[in-house]
Amino acid sequence: MSNIAGTKSSLTWAVHLSLAALVLLWLFPTVGLLVSSFRTSDQIASTGWWKAMVPSEQNLTLRTGGAEDQVQKEGGFVIEGNLFGEPGDAVISVWGTSSRAISDYQAGETAELKDDATLTVQSNGDYQMQSPEEFTGKRGQRIFVTARTPPEFTLRNYKYVLFDPSNREGMAKAFFNTLTVTIPATIIPILVAAFAAYALAWMDFPGRALLIAAVVGLLVVPLQLALIPLLKLHNEIGIGKGYLGAWLAHTGFGLPLAIYLLRNYMVGLPRDIIENAKVDGATDFQIFTKIILPLSFPALASFAIFQFLWTWNDLLVALVFLIDSTGDTTVMTKQIVELLGTRGGNWEILATSAFVSIAVPLGVFFAMQKYLVRGLLAGSVK
Amino acid sequence: MTNLKLTNVEKTYAGNINVLNDINLDIKTGELIVFVGPSGCGKSTLLRMIAGLETITSGDFTIDGVRMNDMPPAQRGIAMVFQSYALYPHMTVRDNMSFALKLAKKPQAEIDAAIDRVAATLQLTDYLDRLPKALSGGQRQRVAIGRSIVRDPKVYLFDEPLSNLDAALRVATRIEIAQLKESMPDSTMVYVTHDQVEAMTLASRIVVLANKGIAQVGTPLDLYERPENEFVAQFIGSPAMNLLSGTVEQTGEVTQVRVDHGGGSISANIPTRADMQGMSVNIGIRPEDMEPTTSDNYAFENVVEIAEALGEVTQVYFKRQTANANPVIAKLQGIHREVRGQTMRMTAEPGKVHLFADGQSLLYR
Amino acid sequence: MHPALQAIVTIIIGVGGCVGYFYFSNQFLDKVLFPARGPNAGRNITRANMIRPWLFLMPALLALGVYLAYPVVETLRLSLTERLPGGESQYVGLANYQQMFAEPKFWEAMRNNMMWLLVVPALSTVFGLLAAQLSDRVRWGNLAKSLIFMPMAISFVGAAVIWKLVYDARPVGQDQIGVLNALYMFFGGTEPKNWLTMIGPNNYLLMIVLVWIQTGFAMVILSAALRGIPEETVEAAIVDGANPFQVFFKIKVPQIMGTIVVVWTTITIVVLKVFDIVFAMTNGQWETQVLANYMYDKLFRANDWGVGSASAMIIMLLVSPILVWNVYNARKEMK
Ligand SMILES: Nc1ncnc2c1ncn2[C@@H]1O[C@H](COP(=O)(O)OP(=O)(O)OP(=O)(O)O)[C@@H](O)[C@H]1O
Ligand SMILES: [Mg+2]
Repeated sequence: MSNIAGTKSSLTWAVHLSLAALVLLWLFPTVGLLVSSFRTSDQIASTGWWKAMVPSEQNLTLRTGGAEDQVQKEGGFVIEGNLFGEPGDAVISVWGTSSRAISDYQAGETAELKDDATLTVQSNGDYQMQSPEEFTGKRGQRIFVTARTPPEFTLRNYKYVLFDPSNREGMAKAFFNTLTVTIPATIIPILVAAFAAYALAWMDFPGRALLIAAVVGLLVVPLQLALIPLLKLHNEIGIGKGYLGAWLAHTGFGLPLAIYLLRNYMVGLPRDIIENAKVDGATDFQIFTKIILPLSFPALASFAIFQFLWTWNDLLVALVFLIDSTGDTTVMTKQIVELLGTRGGNWEILATSAFVSIAVPLGVFFAMQKYLVRGLLAGSVK
Repeated sequence: MTNLKLTNVEKTYAGNINVLNDINLDIKTGELIVFVGPSGCGKSTLLRMIAGLETITSGDFTIDGVRMNDMPPAQRGIAMVFQSYALYPHMTVRDNMSFALKLAKKPQAEIDAAIDRVAATLQLTDYLDRLPKALSGGQRQRVAIGRSIVRDPKVYLFDEPLSNLDAALRVATRIEIAQLKESMPDSTMVYVTHDQVEAMTLASRIVVLANKGIAQVGTPLDLYERPENEFVAQFIGSPAMNLLSGTVEQTGEVTQVRVDHGGGSISANIPTRADMQGMSVNIGIRPEDMEPTTSDNYAFENVVEIAEALGEVTQVYFKRQTANANPVIAKLQGIHREVRGQTMRMTAEPGKVHLFADGQSLLYR
Repeated sequence: MHPALQAIVTIIIGVGGCVGYFYFSNQFLDKVLFPARGPNAGRNITRANMIRPWLFLMPALLALGVYLAYPVVETLRLSLTERLPGGESQYVGLANYQQMFAEPKFWEAMRNNMMWLLVVPALSTVFGLLAAQLSDRVRWGNLAKSLIFMPMAISFVGAAVIWKLVYDARPVGQDQIGVLNALYMFFGGTEPKNWLTMIGPNNYLLMIVLVWIQTGFAMVILSAALRGIPEETVEAAIVDGANPFQVFFKIKVPQIMGTIVVVWTTITIVVLKVFDIVFAMTNGQWETQVLANYMYDKLFRANDWGVGSASAMIIMLLVSPILVWNVYNARKEMK
């Protein structure tokens, strides 16, 4: 509508601004998690993640070296070093030696300590502590500094969560298990549904309309209904809890949508092409594999994405049909829920684990958004 | 030898929708049969029953004496060209053309040879590796035809193959099809069209379908010169044949009829029996057969309301004789703007006057 | 066997089995059962074509039957029975339902679910409509849409973690790391709140998570519908002197009412099944119980299959109007 004369530009600005606000609002929580996953636990616990991007004022409690670091110099004992280990990017503005007076001294000033000792702290963290007497304390002097530290990010969390073999709550195995559930649970229903959809779209048989109606009905049957009967069934026929059961369950639950989407798409293919193939001598099986399947690629792709997202993100089916008491087959969603219980405060682990599980679907989402949107439109707007 | 024979064929769609009744048709080897008729009269349905894409409700369809009713399309030795071309969008031109042969498990060398030959005749050689979406409408059409030719079928079926082309291309492709037919004298073709020119130029015989049945079968000139009924008379030719109501004045080898509503008396080269004296008939005269006259043997005399000068001819619309009659139209050679508003007396040669009673031509009584 | 290997084997067996089934059953039909040869070729082909659809449909019908249709019936049966020690079960009529209706937790779940049903579809649709309308008018609209749509790809559990961080609370005096508390303190709050334990607001905070996820869906569908509106109607309204708001509410919204209803009902179904968010964030404590989680509690924590199934039937009952409506529409459309 921008080409209509006299459209007010102030309104355009309002549109830009409100949309930007909306997008930020939607993005903010996810970004928070992402940023947190790259911070150390100290950083996460001491400041909000939104402060991680800019240099932060931090109050830190540090220590000088202990008695064993002292050297004797011209009539006194000296402990020298850097509070951060080595001079880094942090800049100390003020400091103090007691928790009640953490900003008594400016950087570069010298403080009088007890027993005639003095302490000088430079802004880069270098310190020099002098005393006529020998230092005795093993742990050194506590110093409270207010330092400005530049943004700092680390990959340590990811290393720990994914690659640390000693980490029993690591996500590596769960990641793998999730993959194991997801791939067959995505491919099998597509195949089964595609044949059924073709029959429902292009073959004539009594009861076809009724079956289509049934599929539409089953589309909304809540998964919850199926839990107990199927768990019982799986136990009775010996599948028990495990991958097979999860695959079958995902296949069953994904089928109505798959059949519905694919049938809607296939019905729209030109009738002439199919009839021409018949005249050309193709059997139904050949028509399906050589004509219908290649032409239905967009619909197949969009259902594949749905099913992938849904199986990857699923918790309930995994809880009920997959994960047994040994926990060997645990999936990422379950692992995260567990972490939420046991490590509720350890945000670096939670955030990283959550992001590991989110990353793959997000990648798929951004790569295949076109098909996802197309599938959604085919599935809901008639 | 490829004889197609339809005997008492009937088609009723699900829900008791009866579209064709009692179709009897004998198509001989090498004929090009054209189905014409108003939209929705069942042309496609009949063609699709021949193809095997639609079941035959009752009656028999045989090819060379073998009953084909239950035979699937692929086994009937037919090829079909669809109005939409129905090219496989995901296959190249070459794959489109070879699809049927591959399904029939023909040796690759034979397939390649067939494709090369057909592609050369249809000037498609340069496009063999393109997808259909990268072709123009005319090229697609040629691929569709080529695809049917490579299979070397006994019977070709065309369902309005040219209707998606623009006028110039349509003429060109029509001529190509005519040449194609000539080059394959043994193949039988069935061709559905809306276009009269196509029907008249291509057909060895035309089948006019109407009212769930066949109105007339005959060569194009048969249908034009000796239509069996008013429907065919008006369907073939454009503008349609004028029908004027009248009464038989004098019977014999040549019949004299008087046109109602103050018209004249005109003779027709149609024999009538004496007992037909006084019978009411419809007198049919094609617009192009009308000519101005001053003689007493004329059809009517009336005021010209509109004169459309088309260059080659002028179409003249006469004032209606009664309020609900169709306007009578005459086609005069050359440009005649001046006739508007004039009163003209029109006649036609006795050989070109048709007579119908109860919709049927008196010629066939 | 290593799970990766097992997965590959399954894919091969599963996919190969499916393809094999379809291929060989068709071959069997055409070559052995009703060969298209001999005197009865025509009749045989007709017969084969009558059977073939069922070959194509069989695996799907089987899976649908076992995994969806049978459970509905079986759950109904279970909800009317009680498990006895030793694996037997006994018909108890409506006792399970009576027991369930007597539980305050059930009514809490019902009440909460009704709130969810009101709030989530409404907010998602409104935000979705807003986002659709706004993003269709700017050049970077597609990027905006893509970002708002993104939560759709995030699992409920992942979303739960994301939002728990937003709602996090630190003791007084410390820097707040949860955005909500940080804002609250910034705007003069005295002490940080433990939002998820605050009875009342906590329900809405959980709902926000789902709204956040579902808005993108609503936006995508509604945006397509908005673009489907004939441009002339909008232009006519502008010529008639309507301002942008009038154009939106009086011209556009009425024309996409059908789509709004579809979006609304689709989200309603999601809401009725919502489980993971509550399970992961509060597990139904602090009066945030919902039906799906209540049911899970009954089934797997209390091991009470009777009441669990009864509550599942309640969920089924709540979706059935939508089910009927969908089927009705589908049938109408096919005619
Ligand atoms: N599957 C069907 N079910 C019911 N009726 C049908 C079906 N297919 C066609 N018809 C009806 O049969 C009649 C003949 O259709 P057909 O397609 O053969 O007409 P046509 O002569 O080819 O028309 P056109 O010139 O417009 O292509 C039409 O009235 C049509 O409505
Ligand atoms: Mg037709």
